Amino acid sequence: MRLILERRDDRPAWLALASPLVAVTLTLIAGAVLFALLGKDPLAALKVFFVDPLSDGWALQELAVKATPLILIAVGLTLCYRSNTWNIGAEGQLVMGAVFGSWLALATHGSANGPWVLPAMLLLGILGGMAWALIPALLKARLGVNEILTSLMLVYVAELLLDYLVRGRWRDPQGFNFPQSVSFEPEATMPILFGAGRLHVGFAIAVVVALIAALLMARSLKGFEIRLAGEAPRAARFAGFDTARTTLLVFAVSGGLAGLAGIIEVAGPLGQLQPSISPGYGFTAIIVAFLGRLNPIGALIAGLFLALTFIGGENAQIAMRIPLDVTRVFQGLLLFFVLGCDTFLLYRLRRVPSVRAA
Amino acid sequence: MGMTEAILLTIITAATPLLIAALGELVVERSGVLNLGVEGMMIVGAATGFAAAILTGSTVIGILAGIGAGMILAAIFAALALGLAANQVATGLALTILGLGASGLIGSAFVGARRDALAKIDLPWLTDLPVVGKVLFGQDPLVYVSALLAVGVWWFLWKTRAGLVLRAVGESHGAAHALGYSVLKIRFLAVLFGGGCAGLAGAYLSLAYTPFWSPGMTAGRGWIALAIVVFASWLPLRAVIGAYLFGGVTVLQLHAQARGWGIPSQAMSALPYLATILVLVLISVRRRGDAQAPASLGTPFVPDR
Amino acid sequence: MAALLEASGIVRRFGALVANDHVDLVVAPAEIHALLGENGAGKSTLVKILYGLLQPLEGTLSWEGRPVTIASPAEARRLGIGMVFQHFSLFDALTVAENVALSLPASTPMATIEAEVAQLSRAYGLPLEPRREVWRLSVGERQRIEIVRALLQNPKLLILDEPTSVLTPQEADQLFVTLEALKAEGRSILYISHKLDEVRRLCDRATVLRLGKVVATADPRAETAASLARLMVGTEVKEARATAHATGAERLVVQGLSLPATDIHGTALKDVALTVRAGEIVGIAGIAGNGQDEFFAALSGEVTGDPGTISLDGRPIGSLGINARRRLGAAFVPEERLGHAAAPGFTLADNALLSGHATNGFVRRGLIDRSAVTAWFRRVVSAFDVRTSGPNPEARALSGGNLQKFVVGREILREPQLFVVAQPTWGVDAAAAATIRQALLDLAARGAAVLVISQDLDELFALADRLAVISEGRLSEARPTPSLDRETVGLMMGGIHGVAA
Repeated sequence: MRLILERRDDRPAWLALASPLVAVTLTLIAGAVLFALLGKDPLAALKVFFVDPLSDGWALQELAVKATPLILIAVGLTLCYRSNTWNIGAEGQLVMGAVFGSWLALATHGSANGPWVLPAMLLLGILGGMAWALIPALLKARLGVNEILTSLMLVYVAELLLDYLVRGRWRDPQGFNFPQSVSFEPEATMPILFGAGRLHVGFAIAVVVALIAALLMARSLKGFEIRLAGEAPRAARFAGFDTARTTLLVFAVSGGLAGLAGIIEVAGPLGQLQPSISPGYGFTAIIVAFLGRLNPIGALIAGLFLALTFIGGENAQIAMRIPLDVTRVFQGLLLFFVLGCDTFLLYRLRRVPSVRAA
Repeated sequence: MGMTEAILLTIITAATPLLIAALGELVVERSGVLNLGVEGMMIVGAATGFAAAILTGSTVIGILAGIGAGMILAAIFAALALGLAANQVATGLALTILGLGASGLIGSAFVGARRDALAKIDLPWLTDLPVVGKVLFGQDPLVYVSALLAVGVWWFLWKTRAGLVLRAVGESHGAAHALGYSVLKIRFLAVLFGGGCAGLAGAYLSLAYTPFWSPGMTAGRGWIALAIVVFASWLPLRAVIGAYLFGGVTVLQLHAQARGWGIPSQAMSALPYLATILVLVLISVRRRGDAQAPASLGTPFVPDR
Repeated sequence: MAALLEASGIVRRFGALVANDHVDLVVAPAEIHALLGENGAGKSTLVKILYGLLQPLEGTLSWEGRPVTIASPAEARRLGIGMVFQHFSLFDALTVAENVALSLPASTPMATIEAEVAQLSRAYGLPLEPRREVWRLSVGERQRIEIVRALLQNPKLLILDEPTSVLTPQEADQLFVTLEALKAEGRSILYISHKLDEVRRLCDRATVLRLGKVVATADPRAETAASLARLMVGTEVKEARATAHATGAERLVVQGLSLPATDIHGTALKDVALTVRAGEIVGIAGIAGNGQDEFFAALSGEVTGDPGTISLDGRPIGSLGINARRRLGAAFVPEERLGHAAAPGFTLADNALLSGHATNGFVRRGLIDRSAVTAWFRRVVSAFDVRTSGPNPEARALSGGNLQKFVVGREILREPQLFVVAQPTWGVDAAAAATIRQALLDLAARGAAVLVISQDLDELFALADRLAVISEGRLSEARPTPSLDRETVGLMMGGIHGVAA
């Protein structure tokens, strides 16, 4: 007896919904095993990781704050991966968005400028991320250079550039030599949504972006073009779409959204530029995109879930002395399970009798 | 030791892990599989290798543990990308994320621990030859292993029937299947070999190159190994050139930083990454239109019903 | 005489589809046995079972009187069964000798293989250079590799799957000589085809499959092509028939069209000229890989060039993209159904949108009008009798014939002035092929200019008013079909130009 994969004739809708849930469940089981191996009580650890961060309003706000960059980036990556274009350098685009936007915050620092500063910063952030993403996109579209490697290499370059700036030119002169910029003026900071909380306008922006993207992917010709480019590139050319331009478009959008996430992060929770501004949102967003089944609404939900692993990881480190790396292991396992479960949307497993040679 | 000697020596030690990892991935890609998880397998190899060496006091066991760890991760990749025909790009990324996390867990108890670097071989009077002596005959054993590996992979792919079968599987899995070859089994073995090589390359970093464990110590070397495979046009002997080229860039960067030269250190640190992009661009320009990548690279194979 | 191979009661199901339903087949020694059937009748499934690529769910196989299980192709080869695939199982980047080596035991040295290839190609008239890479070879040469590869095993039974579908008539004649020589040596051949004239000429016996069942075993020489066709299809197939109509003004004019090959395996177009009038069907014959793909891309606008090289109704269109050409009344159906004409994982509605978004009013202010698309695709489905499993299935779920009716129908319903179609009935069942051919004839009769690019000479002779041949990127002058015969066209396809008609 052996098992083979057989292509499904049908594509039941319930499976598409069940698949991410099964993946999450499997990850939780694997997580329990992992905690046990680390010598921690699995149930207590899982509670710290996945339940405590949902316990009160304050914690929920924190969750939304962490989810904001994940959602923004993942929505952009959804378009990329749908079109079979592999932007894995969102982390670098996030950094460049933060750098571009912060330039304005620092240039206007110390003088009254009015309410245009923040929107202009966000715009610059989008442009910064977009510009950084267009490097691998242009190299791919014009010269056929593999975008996976170039977009990733540019992450390291962007991080080094940020490091150079905050240790050099942009360092706060009154900052006791700490490598960080001055704290942004209030007019260069994301407004808080509810009173004294942490939840800022950025989360609302992320939700709106996800909804618009979902609408456009489902209803617009551009969305059709993006899906077709990924499904059958030759058919996309037959439909009259320029696949090189599709590549540029999805990179520009995803880079722009990553850049927006970067400047929101700096102008929001951080309030200043530091050598490290992201715990790997750009990479985690890849998992978010897949867990959300490459659908913007899915990315919205999956972004909240992955944010949970970040907060849970921090809590577990404090409360149970579980290393922060567990978060990454969790995320990696989750992506494995998501990909594995997705196989069963396309195929069914069938047992066939094994044959012995006569 | 003269300046030239010193530089050549450091180039070789910097190039060795790149070469080993690239050769492994080259075999994987020749079989038609794209495993982007080299960075993840490499760093788990580095952490496991170092941990095992500290615990047992044996460098050899450390190296074997590194190889084994790389192969375990590769087997996970294979289970998904081959067994379940999952998207290879995404599975490779998952492997990298998992590897970075797992290496942190494995290595956390060993941060700050130190042990002697893998001993260099000292051949009486050969090693004492001027200039070439230390460079050619005074290296650590893994440098020779990497050279043998390059020749071995070349010999395997072009001189043996098994190598021909592996290339055939990478060229057209459908045709290979129709001839009765077990595509998935061959690819599984290739992926395991790639994982072993990546693990070995990682163990080299933590046991011979630095020699200590620090989180994230591979610093993108796994990705550069992937770029070397492209640069090499999937030819093992050209991978040697690629690895030494990048080894040279790394060393140039270290020397330039040591001397100042008024260039920001971050700019010098960015050099290997920028060089990778540059090399990928140049190779694409030169190769326009003519595809040398294995024809079924990255496409999942499901035997027909 | 005992049977060489006997299959009895073979059953193989795929999901709900019964591909082989208690199939019996007996091949005698030194016999050329035809396996006849339409596309989708279950021939490929049976052959895969005989060659060890699939396992039957029920039924038994016996070889030289002994019951056997054929677990793998290697097992089949050990018994003495060789196979020549329709879609060649060759490796483009490897050499001829390497390709052959892959089907031999690993111990055979390369030098021996090269020598044997050379020897066999002399003995059976199958010229080959062992060290050439496959991608440099013509389709006929590739088939020779497959045959040589099979012969090196010294098989007692050689299975050939639709071997002549890619050959010129002359190459096919050469193949028949080789096959007769093999039979004279006492080998058997299982010859899979749906070309009835060939079967009657070559084969000693025929097993006819229809919808997975054996419907007859016959002596093909005692049958007529018509009686065999009836067995194969089950009903009388209506021949497509043209209604009398006049040809009008020049619609499509191609002149001085040259185009570099887009990749190293492609063929450059050299100074191509062609005219198609209103109401006329012009056929382009040629062996695969002689520039048909490039010519189609140039005509459709997937590749653009100088404006003046192509004109439609007097208007230069050579620099326009495919959608601009569609808006001027042109429509196209490429050769590859899945992946080019249609996206396999997209629904039929989305596939209607694929080629119609620029012309059919499906899109308003960038947004898709779903109801307009649905209404249109329903019209296509009913007008062309496209049989589907659900209301709006994915393209890949359709059979070849039904999907082809859909991709042809979605263009013809637009009433194009110019219709360019490549391989309109390749791999399509007889009923669907007849529907499609009739639709092409009717479209021309309504005044459209129709260009058919095909490797199927029978189809071109049945449809085309005039015929041109493409060879190595050059296009011959189009001549009235009645003035041509298959021999002449075959020679031109083989690259011999300037043959007097």
